[in-house]
Amino acid sequence: MSHDSKNVPVLDALDPQLLERTMDRRGAVGGLSNIAIAAIATASVPIVLGIFSKRAWAQGGLPTDIRDVLNFALTLEFLEAAFYRQGLAASTLVPTAARPVFQQILKHEDAHVALLRSVLGASAVTSPSFDFTAGGAFADVFTNYTTFLAVSQGLEDTGVRAYKGQAGALISDNNILTVALQIHSVEARHAAQVRRMRMQKAWITGSSTDVAAIASVYAGEGVTLQAGVETSTFVSANAASAAFDEPLSRQAVLDIAGLFIVS
Amino acid sequence: MNHHGVVPLSKELSFLNELSSANSRRRFLQWAGVSMGVVLIAGCDDDDGPTGPRTATLGSGDTGVLNYAYALEQLEAAFYTRVVASPYSSMPSTELTILTDIRDHEIVHREFLKAALGANAIGSLQVDFTSVNFSSRSSVLGTAKVFEDLGVGAYNGAGKLLTDAGLLLIAGKIVSVEARHAATIRDLLNPMSTDFAGDDVVTVATGLDRALTPTEVLTAADPFIVNGIRAGSLPTS
Repeated sequence: MSHDSKNVPVLDALDPQLLERTMDRRGAVGGLSNIAIAAIATASVPIVLGIFSKRAWAQGGLPTDIRDVLNFALTLEFLEAAFYRQGLAASTLVPTAARPVFQQILKHEDAHVALLRSVLGASAVTSPSFDFTAGGAFADVFTNYTTFLAVSQGLEDTGVRAYKGQAGALISDNNILTVALQIHSVEARHAAQVRRMRMQKAWITGSSTDVAAIASVYAGEGVTLQAGVETSTFVSANAASAAFDEPLSRQAVLDIAGLFIVS
Repeated sequence: MNHHGVVPLSKELSFLNELSSANSRRRFLQWAGVSMGVVLIAGCDDDDGPTGPRTATLGSGDTGVLNYAYALEQLEAAFYTRVVASPYSSMPSTELTILTDIRDHEIVHREFLKAALGANAIGSLQVDFTSVNFSSRSSVLGTAKVFEDLGVGAYNGAGKLLTDAGLLLIAGKIVSVEARHAATIRDLLNPMSTDFAGDDVVTVATGLDRALTPTEVLTAADPFIVNGIRAGSLPTS
């Protein structure tokens, strides 16, 4: 990816003693199981960040492959957060009735950015600059609500496919894998809501789309052969397609994101 | 998984537990782990009584995790099959379409898992929906919301239990569809609100959906499944 991390040791950016004190005060010691994370998930962001940072520090930094996946995810979250922030700031764009939905989505994307940056520490990439008109393909994205919704759907469905495609790369780290899955399903909730606001089914049937400029978002979604089992015979080909969301490779996602990235 | 771990249960789980305790025909649930002293013998499928339905033993390793998913998909498919067969009063056609689609997806998931498991698949589970009023929209959609959120949390929590990357990908392909279902049902109940990804299931500080342990999930599902389920051999990490 174009936004390489800087290879600065996480240790340099943190105060391990402070983290230890934080951990002890909350009693969140003795392992980093996801249960521990879940148990304090309702606490505060700094506590969650402390656990991740402690882990990174204890291991002398995240393994390169995991770090790369997380920076890839962070780039997508930067993209989504910036998109919704600009959209909500455009005063005549999002109808009043729809603002709670997009404010909720932005809240999650911002939280994902904060969480991923905390895991990555000093290795986190910085946000690219974006052009959400995609060089003119969506020229009225922040003045025409219909266009805004279409781009939103594309970004959310891409996000779902992106996280799904990286799950296997995280299989060696139970905690980070679980966090990625927990983000993944939130992106799917977002996608479902935006699709329905566009009068589409919440699920993806086949690989066709009404937004030609981002047709690659849906490439391969019509698959019905799963783990050697042909699933189209159980109910119908459409049900089989919709029942399974398909992954995208990192490069395919970066190509889609690249439509909106200036530098 | 820590059998002694204290994890806050959601409102839905509490609700289900209330239903469970109100159920006079409470069954002996055999999902307990080693900490409760249950000894499991591979391939030994007991009955939980002379007249009770066969106890389902999920098994170990990736097979156990797939059987766990298969049990949940059986429950969901049976629920929506009933919903579509006897729609609640004045069900709008838009809602019938949505619920029919979801039924079809759950049947595909169920049949896929059954086929993937082959001879290792648990049998067909007997469901109990006596707590659901199928003529009531709020009862049906309220139950659907619980099942879908439960499914999302179950798959999110089960990902780390799988060792095969291909199966992990399959789980990922299914869980996002469950999340689409959950968001849809939630929006039917409270349209254009924040509920599609509500603060009750997506932690505000982190933006993370729930990840539940098999113990939490099977406890919540227990009131709806007549069979005993032995989950004590499931992997814990």
